[in-house]
Amino acid sequence: MAGEDIYGSPEHQAFRAATRKFVQTELAPRAREFDEAGRPDKAIFRRLGEMGLLGIRYDPKYGGQGLDYSYHAVFLEELTLCDNAGVGMGVSVQTDMATPALARFGSEALKERYLVPAIRGEHVAAIAVTEPGAGSDVAGIKTRAVRDGDWWVINGSKMFITNTANADWLCLLAVTDPAAGYHGYTQIIVPTDTPGFSYRLLDKIGNRGSDTGLLFFDDVRVPVANTIGDANRGFQQQMNQFQDERMVPVVAGPVAARRLWELTLEHAQQRVAFGKPLAKMQVNRFKFVEMMIQITAAQEVAHRCIRKMVAGEDVTLDVSMAKVFVANMKQYVATTCVQLFGGSGYIRENPAARAYVDWRLGTIGGGADEVMKEVAAKLLRI
Amino acid sequence: MKILVAIKQVPDTATQVKVGGDGKSIDTAGITWIVSPYDEYAVEEALRIKEKRGQGEVVAISLGPDRVREALRSCLAMGCDRAIHLNDAAWSAVDTLATARALAAVVTQEAPQLVLCGRQAIDDDMGAVTAQLAELLGWPCAYWIMEEAVDADGKTVRAARQVEGGLEVFDLPLPAVLAAQKGLNEPRYPTLKGIMGAKKKEIKDVKAADLGLGAEPAQLAVLGLEALPPRPPGRIIEGDVPSAVKELVRALREDAKAI
Ligand SMILES: Cc1cc2nc3c(=O)[nH]c(=O)nc-3n(C[C@H](O)[C@H](O)[C@H](O)COP(=O)(O)OP(=O)(O)OC[C@H]3O[C@@H](n4cnc5c(N)ncnc54)[C@H](O)[C@@H]3O)c2cc1C
Repeated sequence: MAGEDIYGSPEHQAFRAATRKFVQTELAPRAREFDEAGRPDKAIFRRLGEMGLLGIRYDPKYGGQGLDYSYHAVFLEELTLCDNAGVGMGVSVQTDMATPALARFGSEALKERYLVPAIRGEHVAAIAVTEPGAGSDVAGIKTRAVRDGDWWVINGSKMFITNTANADWLCLLAVTDPAAGYHGYTQIIVPTDTPGFSYRLLDKIGNRGSDTGLLFFDDVRVPVANTIGDANRGFQQQMNQFQDERMVPVVAGPVAARRLWELTLEHAQQRVAFGKPLAKMQVNRFKFVEMMIQITAAQEVAHRCIRKMVAGEDVTLDVSMAKVFVANMKQYVATTCVQLFGGSGYIRENPAARAYVDWRLGTIGGGADEVMKEVAAKLLRI
Repeated sequence: MKILVAIKQVPDTATQVKVGGDGKSIDTAGITWIVSPYDEYAVEEALRIKEKRGQGEVVAISLGPDRVREALRSCLAMGCDRAIHLNDAAWSAVDTLATARALAAVVTQEAPQLVLCGRQAIDDDMGAVTAQLAELLGWPCAYWIMEEAVDADGKTVRAARQVEGGLEVFDLPLPAVLAAQKGLNEPRYPTLKGIMGAKKKEIKDVKAADLGLGAEPAQLAVLGLEALPPRPPGRIIEGDVPSAVKELVRALREDAKAI
C-alpha cells in the first residue's frame, strides 16, 4: 500500500477506522444541513475536541495528543470525506491555519487562555490576514494596531475570513510599525466579543458550508498580552504558519479527488448510451486512466510532503509546488467528472457539480498559484 | 468488579459477502473486519458499569485467527483494560459449542462477576454461544438486554430484556451472563488517546493446551453455503390508469399471489 511507511502501523489504522466512523456517522449525513445553514454547527467542534482531533500535533500540556504529523495527515484525509468541502475548510482553519503560530510562539498564559479551549473545541478560531486591498501581497495589508499603554487599538478590515460567524477569536495580522517593512507586523489574538468588532457574511459560489466574511475593526481594544510571540515578528510567524495551511489541500486533495473519481466511475459503468455503458467507450476509459495518473502522482507528491513534515524538515519548496499541482489536478478531475455525468453533473446536489465549484478555490485560496510559483522560483534561485 | 466481554470479529456490515471456492465458507479476500456491532454494545456497557462504580476491570476476550488481534485492540482502544486472544490451530474449525467450551474455561480461570456478550454475531447469526457458555458455567443468563443495573454491592443485576411491546425485567444473582441488544447504549468511538494507550495494554495469547483443552470434533457441520438468488427485475405496467390498475390487481393476485 502506498504510504505504508507513513501511516501503516496498527495505531494509524485503528485511528483511521475510528475517524472514518466518526466522520461518516456524525458529519457526512449532515452535509446538506451545513450547506443550508451556511456554516458548520458549532457543536461539531466540541465533538471533534472530545475525540482528540483538534490538537493531534499539540503538546499534551495544552490538551493535545503530542503525536507527529502522520496522525494529523490521517485525520485530514478522513475529514475531507465528510461530503462538505466548507466544513473541512472550517475545521482545518482551526487545526492548521489559526492555531499553529499560537502553539509555536505564544506565551504560556496565551496558550492556556486560547489554545486549550481551541483544542477542546470549546472555542472556534479564525485566521485574519487577507484584506479588501491586499491578498496575495500580504505585506500590503493596512489594518493598524497602535499601542496605547497595555492595549492594542485596532482599526481596519479583513476580507474572505473563514469561520467568521462561528469564531470566538481571530489570529489577526496587523501593521504595528509602518516604517519597519517586513519587521513591522504583529500577530494578535482578538476575541470576537470585543466592542468595535463587526462582520458581514459573503455569498460564495462554493464551499457553502463555510461561513466566510468581511470583518471590521473600529477602535477594537485588546491587551498587549494577546500578542503572539514577539511584536513586529508577525510577518515571519505568519509565513511559517502558511506552510501548515498549505499542507491541508495537499494532504486532503488526492483523497477527495479519488473519491469523486470512484463515484463518477460507478455512474459511467451504469449509464448506458448508444447501447453500452459510458465507461466502456474508449474515449471515456482513457479519461478515467488519465485522471488516475494525475491522482496517483498527486498522492505521491502529498506523501513526500507528509514525510518531510513528520521528519520536521522545511517543506516550503515542496508544499508550494505541491499545492499548485494538487489544486490543478483537482480542477481537471472535477471538470472531467462533470462532463462524464452530463446534465446531472450540472445539478447542484451532484458530487461532481459540487466539486466543480468547491475546488475552484484551490488555485486561489491560501496563496494563489502565481504566488506559490514566486515562492518556488525564489527557492529554486531562478 | 471484574467484567469479561466476549467479542467476535466479523466482516464489516457493508461487505458484499461471496461464497468461497469450497462452497462451505465465505471468501475472505478483501474483507474489512470489525467487532460485531452487538458486541460493541456489550463492551460499552461493561465500560459504563466500571465507570459508574469507579473501579473494576474490563477484560475483552475473543477466539479466532491472528487477524482477531485487531478487534481486541479496538476494544482496548475503547477502554478495556486487557485482552485475551484464544488463538490456536485446534480451534480453526470450531462450532458454537467448542467456542463456548473454550470461553467457559477462560471464565473459570478469570472468575469475573459478570460476562457480557452481544445477542448474536452478525456473520452467521447463530446467537448460540452466550447461552451455551452460561449453561456450561451453570450461571443465569438473559438475552436481548436493553437496560441493566448492577446493585451497589455487586451481588445481583437487574436486567430488562426486549419482548414484544415492552420490557421483561429480571433480577439475576451474580455471576451471570448477559447478551446485549441494540439500544442498550450508544458505543463510544475510540479516541486517539485510547488508541495510543492501547499499544501499552496486554493482549494475552492463549492456546487450547493452556486451558486443558484439545481439538474437539465439531458437532455441527456446514454442508454448503448458497448465495441468495438474484432478485427478479421489477415490472412496469403500461397503459391508461383504469386498465393498468386492473392489470396490477390481476398480477398481484395471480402472479405474485400477494392478495
Ligand atoms: C472561500 C475563501 C476563504 C478564504 N479564507 C481565508 C481566511 O480564512 N483567512 C484569510 O486571511 N484569507 C482567506 N481567504 C483569502 C485568500 O487567501 C485570498 O483570496 C488569496 O490569497 C488571494 O488574494 P486576493 O483575493 O486578494 O487576490 P489578489 O491578491 O488580488 O490576486 C488576484 C489574482 O491575481 C493573480 N496574482 C496575484 N499575485 C500575482 C503575482 N505575483 N504574479 C502574477 N499574478 C498574480 C492571481 O491569479 C490571483 O488569483 C479566503 C478566500 C476565499 C475565497
